[in-house]
Amino acid sequence: MSEEKNNGRMSIIVRTIASSVFPFIVIFSFYIIMHGHLTPGGGFQGGSVAASAIVMLIAAYGYRKVDERVKENSLACIESIGAIIFVAVAFVGLFMAASFMYNFLVGSPFFGEIPHGGNTGILNSGGILPILNIAVGLKVMAGLSAVVAVMALSAGEKK
Amino acid sequence: MNLIQQMPAILIGMPLIAAFLTPIIDRVNKKIRNGFVIVVLILEEIFMITLAWHVFTNGIAIYTMGASNPSIVPLQAAVPIRIVLEIDGMSAFMGLISATVCLAAGIYSISFIKEGNGKGKYYTLLLIMLVGMLGMEFTGDLFNLFVFLEILSITSCALIAYRNWYGDAVEGAFKYMVVSNIAALFVLFAIGLLYSRYDLLNIAAISKIMEYGSLEKIALVLLVSAFAMKCGAVPMHFWAPDSYTVAPAPITAILVSASQASLYALFRTCFSLYGNLMDYHSIGIVLILFGLLSMFIGVTMALPQKDIKRLMAYHAVSQTGYMLLGVGVGLYLLGSSNFNTYGVKAMEGGIFHIINHAMYKGLLFLTAGAIFYRLKTRNLNEMGGLAHTMKFTSIFFIIGALAIAGIPPFNGFASKLLIYEACYKVNPILSIIAMLVSILTLASFVKVFHSAFMGPKLHDVEEAPKSLLIGMGILTFVIILFGLFPGWVVNNIVHPAVTALANRIDYINAVMGG
Repeated sequence: MSEEKNNGRMSIIVRTIASSVFPFIVIFSFYIIMHGHLTPGGGFQGGSVAASAIVMLIAAYGYRKVDERVKENSLACIESIGAIIFVAVAFVGLFMAASFMYNFLVGSPFFGEIPHGGNTGILNSGGILPILNIAVGLKVMAGLSAVVAVMALSAGEKK
Repeated sequence: MNLIQQMPAILIGMPLIAAFLTPIIDRVNKKIRNGFVIVVLILEEIFMITLAWHVFTNGIAIYTMGASNPSIVPLQAAVPIRIVLEIDGMSAFMGLISATVCLAAGIYSISFIKEGNGKGKYYTLLLIMLVGMLGMEFTGDLFNLFVFLEILSITSCALIAYRNWYGDAVEGAFKYMVVSNIAALFVLFAIGLLYSRYDLLNIAAISKIMEYGSLEKIALVLLVSAFAMKCGAVPMHFWAPDSYTVAPAPITAILVSASQASLYALFRTCFSLYGNLMDYHSIGIVLILFGLLSMFIGVTMALPQKDIKRLMAYHAVSQTGYMLLGVGVGLYLLGSSNFNTYGVKAMEGGIFHIINHAMYKGLLFLTAGAIFYRLKTRNLNEMGGLAHTMKFTSIFFIIGALAIAGIPPFNGFASKLLIYEACYKVNPILSIIAMLVSILTLASFVKVFHSAFMGPKLHDVEEAPKSLLIGMGILTFVIILFGLFPGWVVNNIVHPAVTALANRIDYINAVMGG
């Protein structure tokens, strides 16, 4: 039961590997979010991958150590901001252009390029879709991490 | 930009963005947050009245999400592209109910829900509940209907369990969650069947090319049973008393209109999706049977209850029976020559009863909440003599009780009279049962009034706080207004809703074009 002795931490091997893998998982999640409009995946999937990185940290370092860096309150705040961005973009379409969720960025220099035929790698396309993906990604990452953090907290209380 | 044209999207989008702003404002200042939520709810009510007025005078309003002109549905080979909101008279009518009840419940919550238990998130969920109801009522798309049904179920479930320090609140929420998940899976399965058959999700588009075969029959049975389950019709009513009882009072009032959103979906399925394609005779009889069972079993279960909110919850089941009876008679007569005479009258009665029920049952639950706020008990045996000090609450309770029992001059009388008259023409037994249930309702509310408000002064309590009184006052105002001018209400609000339901062709043509 070395786990309890170390205050919920796992062995040094696990911790070292978790620390070194962590940035790669986060970058992978950004990749999935940013390519959401081109390849399978998108905001939800990328956000879950980012949340899984935080789950890994909680498993490796114990809840208390992670809690010092990542506050549950700020996660809830980020979650709200993600949702606000999503609905606000939809409302910009309503007030600035034609209708709710209108893709008003098409033709503009920012994400506005719509190439003909297949599109395998031009990130600068899709209009408002990449923005919506980023908003969903933020929300899912913060939301799932908060859920896991609350579960870890309540599991810790029972001990 | 034409504001009226954009109104459907604003009505759904505004509470959604406000819901996520609430927890952030909550960190800054609690008073600003309360004011913000109330302003949003008042704006919502004003916009809803504007939109409803527009729909009642100009006919069906269409809103296509993300189109360059939202009033025109882009069609490609008779397939409508994008999600379409379709607001006809019935949708606008239901939207009015949801917005009004949410406004009253929101104001009521200011004093009723204590600070420090995550009140910011309470308001977030309340606003998302409003989004769910309005979305279900406005949407013209089957899958969108399912999504909003789920949004509504999840937020309701979280709010039923809001006072999670009581064990029974968690139990009630769990029952609600199980029932709404089963219902949602039924709906999803039915949508899957229709989608596999027609490659369409738009209600109007499916309805236009539907042929009534065995697959469609299975889908119809699944949809009818799922929505009847969600609106609390006997024999699927068991979740209603448990979850209505344990939810905070303002949430119970909203839950009543949330159940009515499912009732709306049931009527929409029967009248607009299937309409006269299906065997409306037998489906009408099924609805009438649901109605009779709900009415009778609901009221007989209510009589022996000692818990004030549980008693009212059984009455909610019983009153749902009246709506199912009225509209069921209308469906039974659909297509026959009698439909235009007493079939329409029966539907007017049933649909008028929806708004009346939302108002007086909401009011009664709020008065029960006011008693709970002061006495901390729901047990009728521990109450008594409250009329000595809680004067306004007892007046509101009397008005609500007389309205639910169908005593003139309150609104319950007007709708019940329409139902009695029209059902008598179909079969006198229907009217006799309806009247009997009404008498039993009166008996049970006399009991509640006597044991809670009459008698010597037993408790040293004060009148309920101002925000509770304002919340109850709004609903009382509507009840008295509808009771005094039932003719105007039936002609200008209820009749457009009935014609919208009955005219399936208009519903289809609004999306698919001539």
